Amino acid sequence: MQSEAGSTQFNNSLFKRLTGIVTKVSDAFAFPLRTSHYIELVNPLWSTHALQARVEAVWDETSDSRTITLRPGLNWRSHRPGQHLRIGVPIGGQHFTRTYSISSAPERNDGCFTITVKAIDNGRMSHHLVRKLKVGDYVPIGVPQGDFYLPDAQPVLPLFITAGSGITPIMSMLRSLVLQERMPNTMHIHYAPHTYDVIFGRELKLTAEKQKLYKLHLVHTREPGQKLEEMTGKRPHFSKEQLEQLCPDWRKRDVYACGPQAMLDSIEQLYEAEGLSRQVHTERFRAQLAGVPTEVKTGVVKFLNSNVSANSDGETNLLRLAEDSGLNPEHGCRMGICHGCDVKLASGCVRDLRTNALINETGQVIQICVCTAVGDAEIEV
Amino acid sequence: MGMPTHLSASDIEEFGREMDTIRNEIADSLGSKDRAYILSVIKWQRTLMLAGRIVVFLSFFFLPMSDWTFTGWPQFWAVLLLGAGMLGVSKSIENMELGHNIMHAQFDWMRDPNIQSNTWEWDNVCPSDQWKHSHNVVHHTWTNVHGKDPDIGYGVLRVTDDQRWHFQYLFNPVINFVLMMMFQWGVALHDLEADKLLAGKKSFKEIIPMLKRIGWKVRHQLLKDYVCWPVLGAAVTVPVTVFFGFDVVNIALAGFGFTIVANLIANGIRNIWSNVIIFCGHFPAGVHHFTKEEVEGETRAAWYVRQLLGSCNITGGKLFHILSGNLSHQIEHHLFPDIPANRYAEMSLRVQALAARYGLPYNKGSFTRQFGTTTWNIWRLSLP
Repeated sequence: MQSEAGSTQFNNSLFKRLTGIVTKVSDAFAFPLRTSHYIELVNPLWSTHALQARVEAVWDETSDSRTITLRPGLNWRSHRPGQHLRIGVPIGGQHFTRTYSISSAPERNDGCFTITVKAIDNGRMSHHLVRKLKVGDYVPIGVPQGDFYLPDAQPVLPLFITAGSGITPIMSMLRSLVLQERMPNTMHIHYAPHTYDVIFGRELKLTAEKQKLYKLHLVHTREPGQKLEEMTGKRPHFSKEQLEQLCPDWRKRDVYACGPQAMLDSIEQLYEAEGLSRQVHTERFRAQLAGVPTEVKTGVVKFLNSNVSANSDGETNLLRLAEDSGLNPEHGCRMGICHGCDVKLASGCVRDLRTNALINETGQVIQICVCTAVGDAEIEV
Repeated sequence: MGMPTHLSASDIEEFGREMDTIRNEIADSLGSKDRAYILSVIKWQRTLMLAGRIVVFLSFFFLPMSDWTFTGWPQFWAVLLLGAGMLGVSKSIENMELGHNIMHAQFDWMRDPNIQSNTWEWDNVCPSDQWKHSHNVVHHTWTNVHGKDPDIGYGVLRVTDDQRWHFQYLFNPVINFVLMMMFQWGVALHDLEADKLLAGKKSFKEIIPMLKRIGWKVRHQLLKDYVCWPVLGAAVTVPVTVFFGFDVVNIALAGFGFTIVANLIANGIRNIWSNVIIFCGHFPAGVHHFTKEEVEGETRAAWYVRQLLGSCNITGGKLFHILSGNLSHQIEHHLFPDIPANRYAEMSLRVQALAARYGLPYNKGSFTRQFGTTTWNIWRLSLP
C-alpha cells in the first residue's frame, strides 16, 4: 500500500496554467516529440502523452477469472462506480483494445483500481489478461467512461441483476456504497453456473451478512459438475415468474443489469411491456468483431464520409469501387506499398487481395487499393 | 540498362509469385519479437539523444577558462565531440531506422497508436507528410524510371549516362558535396519539385501551403537545436561559475556557443551519413535504369524485377545495418517496403537465391565499393 501522494489531485488553476507554460517550453526542447516521451524513459506512469497503468497485483477470483490491480499514470481521473475503461494489450506484437468495467470503488485510497476479467472461450484478449499479464507489466489505458452509474443524490431502490462477469460494475457500486455507508434498500440477483463460479462470492455473502438493507439471491444455473452440453430441461434463467418470486416489488425498483445479451434483452422487454423502460439501466459490451461470412461474397459497401453505397462483387478493390461510384479517395501507388489510401474500417469484413487475410475488427486501418469487401462493409471514405 | 531480355513474360510472373511467397511468409510471421525490437530501438535512441546532450554540457567543465588543473582544450574537444557524436548517431538512427521505416508503414500492423505511419514525425526539417509523398508514393512506385522518379539525381545531379549532359552538370562534384552537407534541407525541398517550378509546369501558388508547412517544421527544428538547448547550455554553467567565482559571463557565452557547435556537428553527421547510405542505394555502378515505355502496363511481378535491378545493397555487420536504418538492404527494402526492416537480413538470403535462380543480377558490395563507384560516377558524369 502506498501513500496518498500519488493520487493527490492538483486542481489549482494557477498551478495548471504554470505547468502548461512549463510543458510548452520544455516541449520545444523535445520537438518533434514531447518532454513526456523522455519522461516515459524514467517512469511510464509519469508520461502525459499516453496514459498507461502498471500491473501491481493479480488475484485469481475463480478458476477462469482474475482481478488485476492497476496503478494508473498521472493523467488518470477517478471513476464513478459502474464505469468502464478501455485497455490495450499487445498480443503477438499487435495492439488490441477492449473495454472492461472497473470493479473497485473510487474510495479506494492507494491510487489503484482493479478490473476483473473472465477468460472467454477463444477470447484472445481475455486469455492474455487472465493468463499472461504479469506484475510489473505496463498497459495503455483510457480514462473511465460510460453512463452506467447510480445517481448521486436522487434516492433510488436499486435492483441489481447480474450474470457471470457482469458482476464487475455492480461490485464497484456495492463497494462504494459500503465505504460511503449509504447502502440503500437493495436487491441483488446474481446468476452463475455453480457456487465456485461466483466471482466475488465470498465478499458478496459477507456484504449480505453485514449490510441489513442489502439482499442477495445467488441463482445457480447448472447442477454441480454438469457441463453446458449435458444440461437438460429448463434452466433457472431470468424470467418474469422468477423475478416475481425473488423480488416482488420489482416494479418499484430501478434495474441496473449487466450480463449476457439475451438476459439484458429479456429484462428490457419485460420492463418495456410494463411501460417501465425508464427504470432500466443496462451495460452492454458490444462485440467488436463482425462475423466473417463464409458463403456470401458479394455485398453492399457503404462509403460513410460521402454517404455513397456501391455493390461489391467480392473481387474488385475498394479504391476502384469508390472511384467507379464517382468518388475520388486519396491514394498513391494503387498496389499496396505506399499506404497513401489507408482508411478505417467502420464495420463489416474485408479481405486483403494479396494475402487473403480477413480483417473484421472495427476501427482497423485498411489499404483500400488492395482490399475488397467480403459481404457488406462500411468504410470511412 | 533496362529490363532483362532472357526471361519470358511467364518466367517473370513466376518470379513475382515466388517474391509474393517470401513477402507473405514474413508478413505472417511478424509478432512480439518485432514489436520488442522497434520498442527497444526507440528507447535506446531516445536515451542516447538525452545522454549525448548531457555529455555536451559536461564538456564545459573542461573549458580552460577556470583555474581547475584538469581543464584544457584537448580534453574539452574530446568530450564535446563525444557528446556531439552520440547526438549525431542518435539523430541518424531516429531518421533512418525509426523515421524512415515507421513512415513506410512497416510497423502499422502493430496498431500501436504511438507508432503509426500517418502520425509519426521525425527529427528532420522535412515535414513527414511531404516526405511520405515524394518518397513512398513517387520514388517507390517509379524507382529508377526516367522522367518519373525524382530521386534520379534529385533534379540537380547527373548520376547516369542516360541523363543528357548539360552545362550545369560540370558542377556535379561541387553540388554533390553541398547536397551531402545540407542533406536534410535537400530532402525538405524535394517534394516542391523545383525543376517543374523553374520549367513553368507548376505555379508558385501551388507550393505556398507546402512552404508554410516546411516553415513550421524548420522553425521548431532550429528553435530546438540552435536556441533552446544552447540557452540551457549557457544556463547550466551559471551555478557552477557563481559558486567557484569564475568568469560567469564568458563561460556562459562559451556554453551557448559550443552547444550550437555540437548540434551543428550532430546534424552534420546525420546529413553526411544518411546521404552516403541513400546514395549507395541507387547510384553505384551496375544499377539499372528504365524508360517510361518499358514500364507501360507493368505487372506486379515486373515491378519486383525493376526494384531488384534498380537497387543496391551494402554488406556489413549487424550494427552497421541498424545505423543505416537497414537501407543497406536497399534491394529488400524496395521489394518489400512495408515489411519491418529488421527482417530484411533474413529475407536477403532468399531474395539472393531467387535472383540467382532466374539469372538476375543482385547488386551487393562492400561500403567502399558502393560508395566509391557512386562518387566516381558522379564525378565522371560531370563531363559529357
